[in-house]
Amino acid sequence: MAVCIAVIAKENYPLFIRSVPVQNELKFHYTVHTSLDVVEEKISAVGKAMADQRELYLGLLYPTEDYKVYGYVTNSKVKFVIVVDSSNTSLRDNEIRSMFRKLHNSFTDVMCNPFYNPGDTIQSKAFDSIVSAMMVQAS
Amino acid sequence: MADDVLFEFLHMEMVSHIYKDQASRGEMDKDRATCVSTLEGMGFRVGQGLIERFTKDSPSFKDDLDVMKFICKDFWINVFRKQIDNLRTNHQGTYVLQDNKFALLTQFSNGKQYLEEAPKYLAYSCGLVRGALSNLGMDCVVTAEVSLMPSCKFQVVIQKI
Repeated sequence: MAVCIAVIAKENYPLFIRSVPVQNELKFHYTVHTSLDVVEEKISAVGKAMADQRELYLGLLYPTEDYKVYGYVTNSKVKFVIVVDSSNTSLRDNEIRSMFRKLHNSFTDVMCNPFYNPGDTIQSKAFDSIVSAMMVQAS
Repeated sequence: MADDVLFEFLHMEMVSHIYKDQASRGEMDKDRATCVSTLEGMGFRVGQGLIERFTKDSPSFKDDLDVMKFICKDFWINVFRKQIDNLRTNHQGTYVLQDNKFALLTQFSNGKQYLEEAPKYLAYSCGLVRGALSNLGMDCVVTAEVSLMPSCKFQVVIQKI
């Protein structure tokens, strides 16, 4: 269960960002922002090692004392960032991968919506509900 | 199978609708350009959405040539049910994609008849390619030329900033 989910456009501005404990929102915004540096580093690093197949899932970006940050980049350079609570150690890699898969599918649907202009913030209810289903329930 | 032609019919109607709209407002000459850009704009938006769906599961592309090969094979097959027959490049950002039996032109003629009308029907496909490439991070200009139907050439020039 994620604590914060963010979708970041190719030009590195947020298209969608949602976190659960609403009071600390700014902290999560800052975390996501700093994780972008790590994402950029991973994207450009893989370019040098041309031999291996480049995957879209980037894996654990970095762990902090409270939580872990995972990243995923699409072929159109849109980045997804998921922040999960460190205390929730039962989350395995496969589950994170499947969360990113669901996000990507939902994002593709948003992209194909004729009323959505690429570059706008995402306001689709369907996307919202997929994201809420993945977040920790607010107690 | 009938569902292959559904898009071809829709496309023909689209083109004639846009031109009829402009004609009813008079002033033929300079509005021809706006018709072409309207069609191209439509293709652009559709291309962006399509490429998001097609590249969902494939790994990242290594370089520009890899992207062009993807367009020539997978993208063209998904949209027009065949591959591009010939891809040429000068390795400096210009690519020429040649399709010997372009799906949207096959019903026109088998030679030079209706050659002047052909560019209208290529505008949407140019936009499609431009939208697809722009979403993959390559800004470019796409033009098309026809000399003998139903074969046509799309020229892609990558803009380097």
